[in-house]
Amino acid sequence: MSRARVRGDKVYVGVVEALAGLLRDGMSIMSGGFGLCGNAEACIDAIAASGVKNLTIISNNCGNQGQGLAVLLQHGQVARVICSFVGGNPDLAEQFLAGRVKVELVPQGTFAERIRAGGAGIAGFYTPAGVGTVVAEGKEVREIDGRRCLLERPLRADLAIVRAAVADRYGNLRFYKTARNFNPIMATAADVTVVEADRLVPKGTIDPDDVHLPGLFVKRIVEVREHRNVIEHRTTRPKGGQRVSEAARTKIGRH
Amino acid sequence: MIRRAAAEIQPGQVVNLGIGLPTEVANYLDPDANVTLHSENGLLGMGPFPTEEEIDARLINAGKQTVTALPGASIFDSALSFAMIRGGHVDLAILGGLEVACNGDLANWTVPGKLITGMGGAMDLAAGARRVVVLQSHASKDGKPKLVNRLTLPPTALGCAHRVITELGIFDVGGDCFVCIAKAEGVHRDTIVKATGAPLLFTTATSGG
Repeated sequence: MSRARVRGDKVYVGVVEALAGLLRDGMSIMSGGFGLCGNAEACIDAIAASGVKNLTIISNNCGNQGQGLAVLLQHGQVARVICSFVGGNPDLAEQFLAGRVKVELVPQGTFAERIRAGGAGIAGFYTPAGVGTVVAEGKEVREIDGRRCLLERPLRADLAIVRAAVADRYGNLRFYKTARNFNPIMATAADVTVVEADRLVPKGTIDPDDVHLPGLFVKRIVEVREHRNVIEHRTTRPKGGQRVSEAARTKIGRH
Repeated sequence: MIRRAAAEIQPGQVVNLGIGLPTEVANYLDPDANVTLHSENGLLGMGPFPTEEEIDARLINAGKQTVTALPGASIFDSALSFAMIRGGHVDLAILGGLEVACNGDLANWTVPGKLITGMGGAMDLAAGARRVVVLQSHASKDGKPKLVNRLTLPPTALGCAHRVITELGIFDVGGDCFVCIAKAEGVHRDTIVKATGAPLLFTTATSGG
């Protein structure tokens, strides 16, 4: 640690420091984001650089289009992925087909609720999603109020890496637009949660009423001001136009 | 076909449009109908695509396309987003389909032997939305019926679909048959019968040539 830290202070000077001592082979990592939107980009880069391997990644998409968590796949650091959607992620498809990575596909709402349950101390829940499908294999099915439901178990991880827009020094968080997605629930469901915030502010800056996620869920904070914020499908309408324009499938990136 | 799907939406409803063809239904919404679009990545009150000037990399829909948020919109996490779906707060989901059986079973997430993409939110939407309308072609590219007696593909959800809209017409799920409630213009009833892989009833309005 390059700087004396006040006891109990959660703020780290850099992302490598914020992850120091947390990474080990065979661990499970939750990573916020919907595709490449709302990723803890610097944390992912640092995990890639660390060379830690045999990881279980719990994330909706596990990266996309060769970017984000897909970099960990390219480096052969991932053994298992729990996610809801792998379309647009050729790295995952390739490694899955080659038998190098195990994939557990979970319906997105069940995925979210399992994470919520993991953070909320709920031992399981019954949901109609997935009844009669491949998702039901090996699970208890119970008819409740006339509707068949599956018993789903909670999800937790050793580490969650979370992207926030604003963090105060206690770890109270605010998120930005649809970059919120899985970030706040994942922050509740890991043994250690590291937050990568676009902006770090003093305590008291965020009004208590405006806190999206209370800071008690957050163990470590690092401010990262520059992000790539990759757009996967850049879709626009003409100026003054009402109608949606043809989807232009182009990517932009600031590297 | 997309216009017909748009006509399924009642004023004031909360609607989720699936990825692909159903997304285009948004282009045919009546701006005065006060319809609220839900996107399962955590946006209620989704607006049209942005202009070049409005583009925000962190305001996207579930298809990961850049979008806008209308006045009155709200943004929330994924667990709350699916609470809306699972809790029956979303009135209507218009979803794409690979097969629909006449008992309402829907297959729309995977074809064995093809590269797997994952179900995303399809299973939750199909099982959770109050009403499910499937927007799909009547037959597959190789000519196989997509309205069938029993699914041949892995299901997304059982007994969930209420209605199917294809280029040939509108078909209600009738249990042991489909009921054709409207034919597309110029389409003959025999064409529909030939292209359908399940028993078919016609209403008085659709039974003519």
